[in-house]
Amino acid sequence: MPSLKDLKNRIASVTSTRKITKAMQMVAAAKLRRAQDAAMAARPYAERFEAVMGGLAAGAAGSDSAPRLLRGTGSAQVHLLVVMTGERGLCGGFNSTIARLARHRAEDLLAQGRTVKILTVGKKGRDALRRDLGDHFVGHVDLAAVRRMGYATAQDIARDVLSRFDAGEFDVATIFYNRFQSVISQIPTERQIIPATFEEGAGESTLFDYEPSEEAILADLLPRGVATAIFTALLENSASFYGAQMTAMDNATRNAGDMINRLTIQYNRSRQAAITKELIEIISGAEAL
Amino acid sequence: MADTVQFDLVAPERRLASVAAREVQIPGADGDMTAMAGHAPTITTLRPGILRVTHDGGTDEYLVSGGFADIGAAAISVLAEEALPRDEVNAGVIERLLAALRDGAQDDVSAKAIADLQAAGAALGVHAG
Repeated sequence: MPSLKDLKNRIASVTSTRKITKAMQMVAAAKLRRAQDAAMAARPYAERFEAVMGGLAAGAAGSDSAPRLLRGTGSAQVHLLVVMTGERGLCGGFNSTIARLARHRAEDLLAQGRTVKILTVGKKGRDALRRDLGDHFVGHVDLAAVRRMGYATAQDIARDVLSRFDAGEFDVATIFYNRFQSVISQIPTERQIIPATFEEGAGESTLFDYEPSEEAILADLLPRGVATAIFTALLENSASFYGAQMTAMDNATRNAGDMINRLTIQYNRSRQAAITKELIEIISGAEAL
Repeated sequence: MADTVQFDLVAPERRLASVAAREVQIPGADGDMTAMAGHAPTITTLRPGILRVTHDGGTDEYLVSGGFADIGAAAISVLAEEALPRDEVNAGVIERLLAALRDGAQDDVSAKAIADLQAAGAALGVHAG
């Protein structure tokens, strides 16, 4: 049975924890709104891009002269996994669900005798995968310094990925991120970005004129497509992160409240017990006289 | 109305314009072109330059840094890598875009892009190295 003083200290400590989690929840809610707005604002660009690319790619996919970003290198031996997670924790299962998906994928590929290379974006994914797959790391992108997720960040990552592709470091690239469904639900998603994939039937069957030429446009757009896919993933990820953090902190706040109630009851009971004991002592002492 | 065409200008981070335009002057990679309603379906890449949209309320100018345009008979979409309304363009912006181009400069394509961008800046009355 803990002493009254111990209980009092615990109540004080849980109360201050609750204050912190409550504050974090509110901060996450505000940031979530901003992240959601950013994700929404990026959607028209991504959708139109996909539509145009879908049409272009459908026309060019069959030909041998298609750019390597679309056609692939003709092999699928070396896989690059781009694992996007958060920079920070305290966000429920957000980081671990992505890490788990990526780890399963990597294990599958390794079991098939493929070579796996991993590029981590965000510190937590790196930490989570280091123990099992640390040997496969080829790079890391630190997002701690990035205050606002901009297209420039995505371009930097895309440039890194593309230069590795041009150097022949890998054949297939896949990104892993959390797709934002709602505040309480984020879906870990994998998407292959090189060779580029597009949804079937997205393109219209209109015959376009191309300036300068269809091949030149395709060659110009495919690298942009990689950047756009990464940008979309980054934004979805950051919205998901704040959603997950908000939910986790909400739960933590509620748990802290329950804990305070339980501890307070226990404290009051012990206090009452101590008073009763003292009274009994006084009364029996008086009777003995 | 047959003489207007739905025009959208979108950048990765935001949608800049969505209006019924009478004509749109696009800085295509192979030269400027003006698109009006009923234009033959065309896809073109952009060079850094100035995009002019004429609609019933007047003419809007935007600085675009590159991207592509999807021109159809009834709708024109410009997907710009980076786009700014004229009011937001200043020497700092041009410097930043130039720096970004020089960063990735390794061939004559970017040399042309740098020249195009400087020309566009000069046309808007903003001078930068």
